[in-house]
Amino acid sequence: MNESPYSPEEASGMWVYLEHRDGKLEGVSLELLGRSRELARETGESLTALLLGERVEPLAEEAIAAGADRVLVAEHALLGPYTTEPFTKVVAGLIAEQHPNTLLLGATTNGRDLAGRLAVRLRTGLTADCTDLRIDPQSGLLLGEVTGFGHGILATIECPVARPQMATVRPGVFPRPVADPAHSGEVERVDVTLSASDQPVRVVKQTSRRAFDVTQSERLVIGGRGMEGDFALLRRLAKAVHADVGATRVAVDQGWAREDRMIGQTGSVTRPKLAIICGASGAMQFTVGVKDSETIIAINSDPEAPIFEVADYCVAEDAFQVIPPLIEALRREPVEEKS
Amino acid sequence: MHTIVCLKVVPKSEEVTIDEETKTLDRSKARSEINPPDMNAVEMALKLKERHGGTVSLLAMGPPLFEPYLRLGLAMGADQAFLMSDRAFGGADTLATSFVLAEGIRAIGSFDLVLCGDESSDGATGQVPPGIAEWLGLPQVTYVRRIDVSDGSLRAHRELGAGSEVVEADLPSVVSVKHDVNEPRFMDTGRWDWAMNEAPVQIWSAADLEIDVEKAGVPGSPTAVAGVSVAKGADRRREFLSGSPEEIAAQLADKIRAWVKP
Repeated sequence: MNESPYSPEEASGMWVYLEHRDGKLEGVSLELLGRSRELARETGESLTALLLGERVEPLAEEAIAAGADRVLVAEHALLGPYTTEPFTKVVAGLIAEQHPNTLLLGATTNGRDLAGRLAVRLRTGLTADCTDLRIDPQSGLLLGEVTGFGHGILATIECPVARPQMATVRPGVFPRPVADPAHSGEVERVDVTLSASDQPVRVVKQTSRRAFDVTQSERLVIGGRGMEGDFALLRRLAKAVHADVGATRVAVDQGWAREDRMIGQTGSVTRPKLAIICGASGAMQFTVGVKDSETIIAINSDPEAPIFEVADYCVAEDAFQVIPPLIEALRREPVEEKS
Repeated sequence: MHTIVCLKVVPKSEEVTIDEETKTLDRSKARSEINPPDMNAVEMALKLKERHGGTVSLLAMGPPLFEPYLRLGLAMGADQAFLMSDRAFGGADTLATSFVLAEGIRAIGSFDLVLCGDESSDGATGQVPPGIAEWLGLPQVTYVRRIDVSDGSLRAHRELGAGSEVVEADLPSVVSVKHDVNEPRFMDTGRWDWAMNEAPVQIWSAADLEIDVEKAGVPGSPTAVAGVSVAKGADRRREFLSGSPEEIAAQLADKIRAWVKP
């Protein structure tokens, strides 16, 4: 077998890898801290957050308020923009030294890039894109729930022997914890030894856009393959109901909507009060991202589409026939703005 | 320039059903295909070959019946193909899969670039490309939209959740290609006979490459499925609205107004 460097008996502590942008922690990192706080209480372990970057120590406080008992801060010029090797080297070094039981990361682009590399360096198991994390009451193992294919199967994955038990989680799966300024924790600066030879991939240009956080929307109009690229129509509908626009993976892959609007297993998990889903068939990789919405309206021309199984109000009609008169009707008697 | 493209053969996701008795996925009725983003990786490799010359090799892991899929890639324009095929490779998670593929890449010999699709349509973990890079000790560049190669180095455009970046790395490197970044070409009918009959498809077993089977398949996989369940359907009204599009629109407008009022 692939021998991991330490055994479950030697392992202790729940670790969360924090991502940050523009001087703030990413939402998914806070969500992971919130859930890990609960899990660490169950296992009686302490919760450690990893903070890597060029100048990141000020963010430690926010991590402690979100539940971390300890924040390991690694600062170095080569930890400026994320690149795989320097981050892998620092995190793997800390793990080899301190033997955590669990390591959780956000399933963002760079979170997945790092997790995939680290898991092989550590010869351990990694469960991708979990839609829930639990602790098995008997074995004490971390259980990661993942959706299998698009067909209503949920699988629970465990990592019985290798350590740390690793998992990535999509944005929005867990609620953001309420900051508790009274929660105390320690900030520990760690020594970082990196040289230019540790950075075989160099970032030469970065274009950042303010990401749209679809997990925070109270109302969503979501389009899928059946919209045939006509997201302008959906934006008009969204405007009429004071909603934001989301998209299925197909729609994003087609370039009809940006990646930060993507909902589902690959994308964000959302819980709006109202979701109007247009032209999406309802593959489970998508529906995991909307199933906890308060009310769901689905519009799809195929009456057999599985999307109707998760909808409150079902419209088995061509979206292009229904949406224009719907916008008209809403304009005649406008919807009130969110208070 | 020698590019190796890693391919996965996957069941067409829309044809996979649930076996209601065993609560497991029934892939038996599903036809298979080359994982869609892997097709984008093949296309990217063929474009690089057009520009810089050289060779494109295909590498997959799976049963011998995957061989025809590799031949489809040869008909598109690849030069040679390799299939890692052994019962000992079965049941692998991403650690063991990336190990076996890395062993295959080592056995193919010298190369400049490894291209993979960014994730598979079935497992969808995206973990195999970084895994291959780590086993080989090479740089990785994931979620790439575009790549340019010159003078032993590459320049790649990565898509990030909020924005994008351009990175540079020396060759050889491992690159994962985002889905739908190009239009995979059709098979070249002129290559068909060669691809189906004469083209070299090397099948390698664990013994052929002296692969440590303890690092492959189930023994080499640290993760295990602890349980499988059918997702509980939410308790939804599932009320179908009827009438003309205008009548339906009016009903929907009423309902939407009712919910969004404070």
